[in-house]
Parts: sequence; C-alpha cells; structure tokens
Amino acid sequence: MATIRHVSAKDGDVLLLVGTMKGAFILRSGPARERWEIGGPYFRGQPIYALAYDGRADRRRIWAGSASEHWGATLASSDDFGRNWNTPESALIRFPEDAGASLKKIWQVQPGRPDEPDVLYAGVEPAALFESRDGGTTWALNRGLWEHAHRPKWEPGFGGLCLHTIIPDPVNRGRLLVAVSAGGVYRTDDGGRSWQARNAGVRAQFLPDKYPEFGQCVHKVVRHPSQPLRLFLQNHWGLYRSDDGGDSWRDIAKGVPSDFGFAMAIHPHDADVVYILPIESDEYRCTPEGKLRVYRTRDAGGSWEALAKGLPQKDALETVLRDAMDADAMNPAGIWFGTRSGKLYGSRDGGASWSLVLEGLPPVVCVKAAVVGEPRRARVAKRTKAVRKSAARRSAPKRAAGVRANRRVPAKRRVTAGRAKRRAATERTKPRARRRTGARAR
Amino acid sequence: MRVVFLIPGQLRAFTDGAGRVTVEVTPAGTAPPAAGEALAALWRLHPGVRDRLVTEQGQVRPHVNVFVGNESIRWTGGLATPVTQGAEVSIVPAVSGG
Repeated sequence: MATIRHVSAKDGDVLLLVGTMKGAFILRSGPARERWEIGGPYFRGQPIYALAYDGRADRRRIWAGSASEHWGATLASSDDFGRNWNTPESALIRFPEDAGASLKKIWQVQPGRPDEPDVLYAGVEPAALFESRDGGTTWALNRGLWEHAHRPKWEPGFGGLCLHTIIPDPVNRGRLLVAVSAGGVYRTDDGGRSWQARNAGVRAQFLPDKYPEFGQCVHKVVRHPSQPLRLFLQNHWGLYRSDDGGDSWRDIAKGVPSDFGFAMAIHPHDADVVYILPIESDEYRCTPEGKLRVYRTRDAGGSWEALAKGLPQKDALETVLRDAMDADAMNPAGIWFGTRSGKLYGSRDGGASWSLVLEGLPPVVCVKAAVVGEPRRARVAKRTKAVRKSAARRSAPKRAAGVRANRRVPAKRRVTAGRAKRRAATERTKPRARRRTGARAR
Repeated sequence: MRVVFLIPGQLRAFTDGAGRVTVEVTPAGTAPPAAGEALAALWRLHPGVRDRLVTEQGQVRPHVNVFVGNESIRWTGGLATPVTQGAEVSIVPAVSGG
C-alpha cells in the first residue's frame, strides 16, 4: 500500500490543491515555487472534483468534496494541511427530503466575500447551490434557485447536470453569479431569493435555437475583484466577455485556435489578463495540433497570444478540464494546470515559461492555488544589500526569478478599479521588471 | 431479536473500528423485522453509517449491496426484506468503478 505523506506549511508558503480521479494531493512550496513537497493521496480511490482553501478569519482550512461511487459524496475539511480530515457522521451537504433529490457529486466549494468570513458556497450535482453561514458547520439548499421555473428543463452536460462555478460579487452583497452545465449563467441580486438567467449573446451550438434564454453549456466564468461588472466566460463553443455583470455577452474568440475549451483563470493582479486552454472540439476534446498551449489575453479579450515555452509542442494530446487551472496570488503570478493524463504544469512568471511540476498522477480534475496566511503578513525574505549583490552575481535565470518572487508579497486585498489599473500599468512598464524578463528569456 | 451486521472496512471509521456489529431489533408485529428496521437500529448505534449507505431519499446507494444471509435484498423486496432469526446482514460495496 502506498504511503500517505503529509506536508507542513507556514505563512507565505504556496499550496497547490490537486484533485484527481483517485484522490487529492496537497503540494507545498516556499514563495519561490521551485521545489514542491507532496502530501497525499487523500480520499484514496475517490474522484475529488472540488477543493478550496479558506484563509479568512485566521483559518488555514482546506475543503475537499469527495465523490465515492459506493458511499456517496462527502464534504470534508482539514485544518492541518491534510494530516487530519473532519468528516462529520451526518453528511454536511444533503438535499432536504422534500427536494426529492440525492447528492451525486460536489463540484465546487467557494469561500464567500472576505468581509463575510463565515459564508461558504458549494455547487453540486444535481445542479444546486448550497450555502453555509457558520464557516461550514451547517449547510442549506438555496431554495430560490432550486425552485426556479427553468430548472426542470436544464439538461446534463457530458459530466452531469452540475453547478460548477460560483462568483460572489465583491461589492454588492446581494449579488451572486452561478454557472450550470447545461443551464447557463444565473444571477441573483437579492441574496439568493430570486435568480435570473444571464445568457444574452451566449451561443448554444447544440440547440436548434442558438441563442436561447437558458440552456447554454457554460464551462467556466472568471472575474477580477477590482472589476465587479466584467466577466469572462469559456463556453461549450464560444469565448465571451460581459461588461455589465452578465446582462449581455460579446464574443472575444479572435486569435485562438479553437473557441472550445474548459479551463479559464484570471491574473490575480491584472484584471485585463485571462488564461485559457483551447481544446480542439467537443468530439475530440484534445489540444489542437498536438500542441499544449495556454492562451493569454493582456487586453481583456481584444487579442490572444499562445504561451508554449516549456510545454510539449508535438504529439501532446492533452485535455484540461474546467477546474484544472488556477493562478496563485504571488508576484509574479504562478499559473498552474493539470491534465487528464495526470501531468501538472506550472509557470512562475505569469505564463512566459512553463515546466512540468509532477507527472504520473491519476487524471487531474481540479487544481487550486493558494497562499498560506494573510498575504500582508506573509514571511518574505528581506532583500538586503548582500542578497542584491549575490543575486546580481548569479547568472542562473531560475535563481533570479526565485529572488524576485521573494521580493513581493501577494496583493489579495480588494482594490478599487482605478487602483488596480494604475498598479497593473506600473507593473507592465516597470524598467526593472522589463530587464529581468529579458534576462530570463535569454 | 438480535441481528448481526458485517461492516466493510471503508465504513469501520463510523463503527469504532468494528467489523461485526450486533443490534437489538424489536419488530413492530409478529412478523420478523424488515431489513430497513434492522438498518435503522444499526445507525441509531452508529449514525455515521447511514449517509454512506443510503441516499437522502432513504434508498440504498446504487453501488452498495446489502445481503441478508446470501441473498441480496435488491431481489428480495429491498428494505422490506424480512430478516430471519440468526441471519447475518452483510454490507458490501459492489464490484464497480475503474
């Protein structure tokens, strides 16, 4: 029997929570993200579609939604990075008897707004939203969405009829956006009592009416907290942006090899930067041309560029699923994704270069990145005069990148749109950053 | 009446590690108790077993088999299957998955 290993993490460390079809793994690294310790497998043999880190209110809590084929889906949490899991005797997430449904799978666990540290959300199959208002001790079905007139007409996607994306509005407390495959995007503006379909302009390739009110198979939606009204959406065919909180969507799939795909991630510090991983088609479901490429926009969907440095560009028939890509909050940001073939890739420089972190995993279905501890209290090595001199002497680009990673603490606090834009602009034009990027490229 | 349950390894975390659990079942009438009554007695003793074995709607999960003696209750009346005196009730994960 394989040994289960554990990691110990301290403030400032970076975690990668990796859910596979045969259990969960917890990877830990220092801020440089060069070497990873691996904990797990946890929930051996069980598909883990949902993992989340909740660092609010001084917690160090990992949530895992397991989905045993035999014993049903269970929500568990760990306060010591996986060493012990709290699995209550009575399942935390249960449909009430009168709902007439039984939980099949937990697809998403989403901590609520930073200023509501006891609020958590879970998206499940059959498609429903559960909420906790006591830090995850008790959970309740959101009746407003469950009793929505559209719900009986939602159709399951290939993966099942699931609610897989939950986006709390950082400003408007009553507003929450969810995505269902295949039902589409729904939004509440009154704290979950009523919900409206928000799919205007999003194509449903597989229906006779290509632009219905609902029924779209949305795969992922992302938003930057500094731009509450702007959303990016990866659809089952189609790539979209909304500037009005989902009221309307416009196609932004210009310059990508395919507008089909699952995964989508937003840059932690730049609201204009989004990452996707195009897949050739819904029939083939592999990377186009046998090339594993992440695509990035730096102008909010105006144009896209391929990021391939360090990724296999020949015979790479890979699939990356909807929750298998995420960004960490470090600076430069780390972008991480896992494949169905059990490989974990990462970039420590916002996507400029990539490397294989781990292979030989079971099929990866979930990757979530997190920084342990309050970012402003992260223990970061001081850049003393001696360190600067030593860094200057080093010619190895990896070390230089590591030192640079150590310099900055992740900025996770809510910022205004103006501040975020100014900061993003500064980061892009900072001469020192430019010089370093140049050095790494050589 | 006493009923002996055989608990699979995966559920022993919820039975204090026990592989055999004996429960006392009081049938409602003169007939022998149903499998459902015996199971209810099991999870009165070990509540954690319940949500792993049955769905929120009270149905035995599709990939779990419950045997009274050597017969799966799937074919003998489900949770209404009578549990005869001295019979052992086995909870067994089905052969499924990949």
